[in-house]
Amino acid sequence: MRTDTQKGEFAMQQTNDNIIELRNITKTFEDGFEAVKDFNLTVKRGEFVTFLGPSGCGKTTTLRMIAGFDTPSQGQILLNGKEIENLPPNKRPINTVFQRYALFPHLNVYDNIAFGLKLKKLPKSEINKKVNKALEMVDLEGFEERKIATLSGGQQQRIAIARALVNEPEILLLDEPLGALDLKMRKEMQLELKNMHEKLGITFIYVTHDQEEALTMSDKIVVMSEGQTQQVGTPEDIYNEPKNAFVADFIGESNIFGGIMTGDKLVRFCGADFKCLDEVEQGTMIDAVVRPEDIVITEPQKGMITGKVISQVFKGVHYEITVMSGKNEIVIQTTKKAKVGEQVGLVIEPDGIHVMLAEHTLNKIESGFDTNGSLSFMDGRLGINITSILPGIRKEEEGLYVDSHGDEIDISKLKVTISIRPNDIQMSDDKEAGQLQGHIINLIYKGDHYSYVVRTVDDFDIIVDDEDLWNMDDFVSLILDEQKMQFTLKK
Amino acid sequence: MKEKGFRRDCLGIPYALFLVCFVAAPLLVILYYAFTNGQGQFTLQNLIGFFTSPNTVGTLVYSLAIAVATTLVCLLIGYPVAYLLARSKMKHKTVIVLLFVMPMWINFTLRITALKEVLTLLEGNLAFHPFLNTIIGMTYDFLPFMILPMYTTLLKLDGTLLEAAADLGATPFSVFWKVTIPLSMPGIVSGVVMVFLPSMTNYVVLDMLCNSTYIMGSLIGSYFSAYDWNNGSMIALVLLVIILVFTLYTNRYDTQETGRGGALLS
Repeated sequence: MRTDTQKGEFAMQQTNDNIIELRNITKTFEDGFEAVKDFNLTVKRGEFVTFLGPSGCGKTTTLRMIAGFDTPSQGQILLNGKEIENLPPNKRPINTVFQRYALFPHLNVYDNIAFGLKLKKLPKSEINKKVNKALEMVDLEGFEERKIATLSGGQQQRIAIARALVNEPEILLLDEPLGALDLKMRKEMQLELKNMHEKLGITFIYVTHDQEEALTMSDKIVVMSEGQTQQVGTPEDIYNEPKNAFVADFIGESNIFGGIMTGDKLVRFCGADFKCLDEVEQGTMIDAVVRPEDIVITEPQKGMITGKVISQVFKGVHYEITVMSGKNEIVIQTTKKAKVGEQVGLVIEPDGIHVMLAEHTLNKIESGFDTNGSLSFMDGRLGINITSILPGIRKEEEGLYVDSHGDEIDISKLKVTISIRPNDIQMSDDKEAGQLQGHIINLIYKGDHYSYVVRTVDDFDIIVDDEDLWNMDDFVSLILDEQKMQFTLKK
Repeated sequence: MKEKGFRRDCLGIPYALFLVCFVAAPLLVILYYAFTNGQGQFTLQNLIGFFTSPNTVGTLVYSLAIAVATTLVCLLIGYPVAYLLARSKMKHKTVIVLLFVMPMWINFTLRITALKEVLTLLEGNLAFHPFLNTIIGMTYDFLPFMILPMYTTLLKLDGTLLEAAADLGATPFSVFWKVTIPLSMPGIVSGVVMVFLPSMTNYVVLDMLCNSTYIMGSLIGSYFSAYDWNNGSMIALVLLVIILVFTLYTNRYDTQETGRGGALLS
């Protein structure tokens, strides 16, 4: 309900519209694990916001901080402009629907729903009215006396929603509430929740790892990975204009190709030039995202690129066809059939190509020197000395270095950045083969190779390009080509 | 297998024999003695005698009082301990649990004798406070039986339920009162049963601490050593019925609760 006077007071409008605001939220657990890093978000009143990300990305931790079960290590949470990060959960006008429902097994359906109302000491008749209304809303009239254990998963879910909504919270938090339901039930509940949201006008904050669920229900999606926001936007934005390879890979099926801009709105990948809509400076390294449904199969001579069909899977509405073009594996979704082994041409329209600036093109590692002048990165195991990096430096005596002008240099204060390209690193499963060891924590397929993120035992994240497929959590050894390393000194 | 005529039921024979010899037969013997007189004739005199003699009724009331008091004290001490051990994030929890359980591994008589020395040191003469000393002795003896079942129940208590209660607006106190306590009921009930029943009949503590025979167990003993098997059996029978009623009542409550809990887990 906006009146004209309110429209005039712009600043006022701003604070009124944002129901909750998270500022620079960081959460570090006692064991040192950083679950959420510098998280910022503003949620408008009445919005349906979804935190989307793989398990362990910090989405549930963020939700728990909004609910009040965890306190942020740093940062502020503002509810209607007031700081609430130190308020206990029972003092926040926020209610939660838990992942495993968390219904009280010692109470029946009625008492579960009435739990919050009874604590508020409302008169009995009013509690009765509200509980009945809540039961009606979730379509479970007549279940008042039932024991929780006698309800099915779907019914328990509805009771959990009713129990939270009956308190008329300002914000409803939902922590993967549909995760335990079967597919059909989940689809039904998705629509029901969406309807409830529209009808009640309460702000919903929803956590899920299911991208389809997020796309179906949300007004705004927050894609998270490793405790950080990757992209915030409407479902359409996130799907059509993913900001980086992670988002593109996580939301829906996609082909990601490493490429380069070769001209004005001209991009080269898979060995051919394509017209695109994104204006990026010529010569920039990019990642091109092409959704499988945006690729059309034609005869070989009509195609922009050609390839051989290597597999075809029937998926109900469409076929999923994999085409090998040179070294690139391309996934296509089409309603037309193809023959395995057949030579085909592929056409991609300009609006089917989304160009993203390539990230992670260079590994940059900060390091210093130890007293012997060796690079302290990896405890000097790299075997690189300051004398080979800083021209003209001489070692006068133990711990004392002199530059070409004869001035003393305190090498403990020198900082150096080591840069190495992802394709100058090889992976091996022989633990002794490389200088670094670590676990693969992320992998994205980029057409003709995989891009891996390896977290070393010393807690460095190193990006490695490799043609072979490794698995998540594989323990690998990294062989760094010392000749290809570049060193930049910082003073 | 089949031709040899082996059936699975045959495995039960040894147990059936055991039950007949050591449970059913002795019970029948007790029943026989309780309802006969010295000459082997049927009589209800023993039953009437039990409820008319001030000695037996007095002992029964005293035993009940001791059992109730011991159970209450154990509950009051045991619940906070079990709660702290199960719900707190402290390290070396198992060590502390072990410390509470460890006295059970030491010989019972030895423990009571040691306690007797300590109490004598504190009070001078144990005869001044027989009731108090009995409670102290029994609490010391039975506390682990109270703590353990409550500890296991509280350990299994789903933390998200407590969060859910807080989320719905409950203060820490009401979370405890409305969720933690009701959900730890199965543990409380088994703890109470495990303490109440033995403290009703255990006479060693009383005997050793106060040289008293003023409890049901020792009363039965004294009748039997005086060769009055009939009256002794009747006391035993009455006690059996009391315990049976108590167990049936608590059991019903117990299974009801765990039944709900179990269904929750599935």
